[in-house]
Amino acid sequence: MAKVKIEEQLIGGEFGRKKAEDLLYKMVLTRTFEENALDMFARGKVHGTMHVSIGQEGIAAGAGPALNEGDYLLNTHRGHGHFLLWGGDLNRMMAEFLGKETGYCHGRGGSMHIADVDSNNLGAQGIVAGNLPISVGVGLSIKMRKTNQVVLTLFGDGAANEGAFHESLNMASIWNLPIIYLCENNQYAMSMAFERAFRIEQISDRASSYGMKGLTVDGNDVIAVHKAVREAAERARKGNGPTLIEAITYRYKGHSKSDRQLYRTREEVKKWMKKDPIKRFAKLLDVDEKMLKKIEEKAMEDIQKAVAFSEESPEPKISSIMEGIYA
Amino acid sequence: MRELSYMEALREAIQQAMEKDERVFLIGEDIGIYGGAFGVSAGLLEKFGPDRIIDTPISEAGIAGACVGSAVTGMRPIGEIQFSDFVVLAMEQLVMQGAKMRFMFGGKAELPFVIRLAGGSGTGAAAQHSQSLENWFVHVPGLKVVMPSSPYDAKGLLLSAIEENNPVMFFEHKLLYKTKGDVPEDMYTIPLGKSKVVREGKDLSVIATSIMVSRSIEAAEILLKEGIELEVIDPRTLKPLDEEPITASVKKTGKALIVHEAVKTGGFGGEISAVIMESDAFGYLDAPIRRLAGLDMPIPYNRTLEHHAVPQVEDIVEEARKLIKGVY
Repeated sequence: MAKVKIEEQLIGGEFGRKKAEDLLYKMVLTRTFEENALDMFARGKVHGTMHVSIGQEGIAAGAGPALNEGDYLLNTHRGHGHFLLWGGDLNRMMAEFLGKETGYCHGRGGSMHIADVDSNNLGAQGIVAGNLPISVGVGLSIKMRKTNQVVLTLFGDGAANEGAFHESLNMASIWNLPIIYLCENNQYAMSMAFERAFRIEQISDRASSYGMKGLTVDGNDVIAVHKAVREAAERARKGNGPTLIEAITYRYKGHSKSDRQLYRTREEVKKWMKKDPIKRFAKLLDVDEKMLKKIEEKAMEDIQKAVAFSEESPEPKISSIMEGIYA
Repeated sequence: MRELSYMEALREAIQQAMEKDERVFLIGEDIGIYGGAFGVSAGLLEKFGPDRIIDTPISEAGIAGACVGSAVTGMRPIGEIQFSDFVVLAMEQLVMQGAKMRFMFGGKAELPFVIRLAGGSGTGAAAQHSQSLENWFVHVPGLKVVMPSSPYDAKGLLLSAIEENNPVMFFEHKLLYKTKGDVPEDMYTIPLGKSKVVREGKDLSVIATSIMVSRSIEAAEILLKEGIELEVIDPRTLKPLDEEPITASVKKTGKALIVHEAVKTGGFGGEISAVIMESDAFGYLDAPIRRLAGLDMPIPYNRTLEHHAVPQVEDIVEEARKLIKGVY
């Protein structure tokens, strides 16, 4: 079978080679950011916790860029990739991670609450499924303001078992809200395996009980995610309501930095590493290992610059401690 | 002046706010054709249509989320929690999301929404439909908490709450809905964070909230015949609390009685008591501060037991007499 040109696969040629390469770079950047973050934790340079998405970068690369400027993002606790692909600035992101005044949230939110209201990025989320009811409000607001925007709501397989999932999807469906529910099924809700937490084969099966379109895609396939999100956005903009997309993926690292991963085997992790989204996308772009290495080096360089920027940045002033609580 | 019931005053506030600002809308259970479980929104569906008077499925987290999400993207929603007790089903959205979003995002988001809740006992609705949970929200930075005690305040405070650029928990009392009082027709506001001296007196300061304000005034009338003058103060906004009128009154009378319907332990009375004791009013006290509050129990179904579970006029009279006589 003839290989379809990458530009064509990326939705009717509107993605040029340059943009595809940028996606690849952002995927590598996400992974490098997170590996560097883990390293900084290990060396005791930062405190707190964070959740890395290493192995899941394909979904972020496929999703955010499929939407328009002005659309809304409701992110998860494992959302560094989505943040970068929503146009997040690396320096300000790193500064937030290090709790600095120059960070997106002036060091008040950290990795788990990073947001950029100016770009309609309504934040990462510390509560599993906490963003699902909020997306109903955002969708309702779009409908009332008649702005033709859409909402991209991200959550994991764990969130699909919260009550908020049910309330949110039902309300979105009865009111035809322009919401794209994108479930990143990475096989584990902390230690709870998908097979142990669900009696169904696919989370997307639940869409039918809300009278909503549902589909499952390979989350490690950037093109598949992009296409699904693009189509869901078109449906939403036409007034045809929400879509539930389940993207199958896998996280290589533990839930958070304290996870000893007693619930899975090394073999399982290795098996999934063979389906690595970055390597796969690189191959699609005919980027060989040598070229990929170069991209990784560039990413590391940028990360180091961001670290330097952040380390030089001031801490929040103690005198400002009570700021930002009330308008 | 024209008289309106507390319920009509609330309705008029919602209607005037919606007429003035198309970003304001009402969302909740049975608020449309049914008119709200207690009738507050009766007739509003006909005026504004189903796109602005939005009936929801029984999904309290969804209602709260609809408020948070639409507020942060430019709307000014009013959410109705049918019985305030049901707010337990919306706690995550209000406490984890709505209250903290602005702060977590570095002071950049605005969340102009109001959650109206019908609280209180006295209707025979028993333990799951009669609670007074306002103090839970007083404990959450990022929220404001309002408790109107009269039709006049209900309208003016609700209009202020709707204009507020922060989340406001607006606790109404079921037994007050039918009470009447003077309410101006114009669109007036009463600023949040302003306590009100509703009755002046020299012998004892009574700080009361919600329905306990009218009960305290009734008690004051009874005690006046015995030559005892109660000063009654209504904080109106529990958070932020306007402390000055409370401490000023205690400095004048030297005695404080705090009355609320919520259970005593962990109730707002403890906060008011601490405010008095941390202020310069402490030195003026010539008796212990006393709290009269709901018994530490779920609200019982039986009419007599329900009556005795929360402070009544006769309890306030008795407690005030004891304080005046120095018998505690």
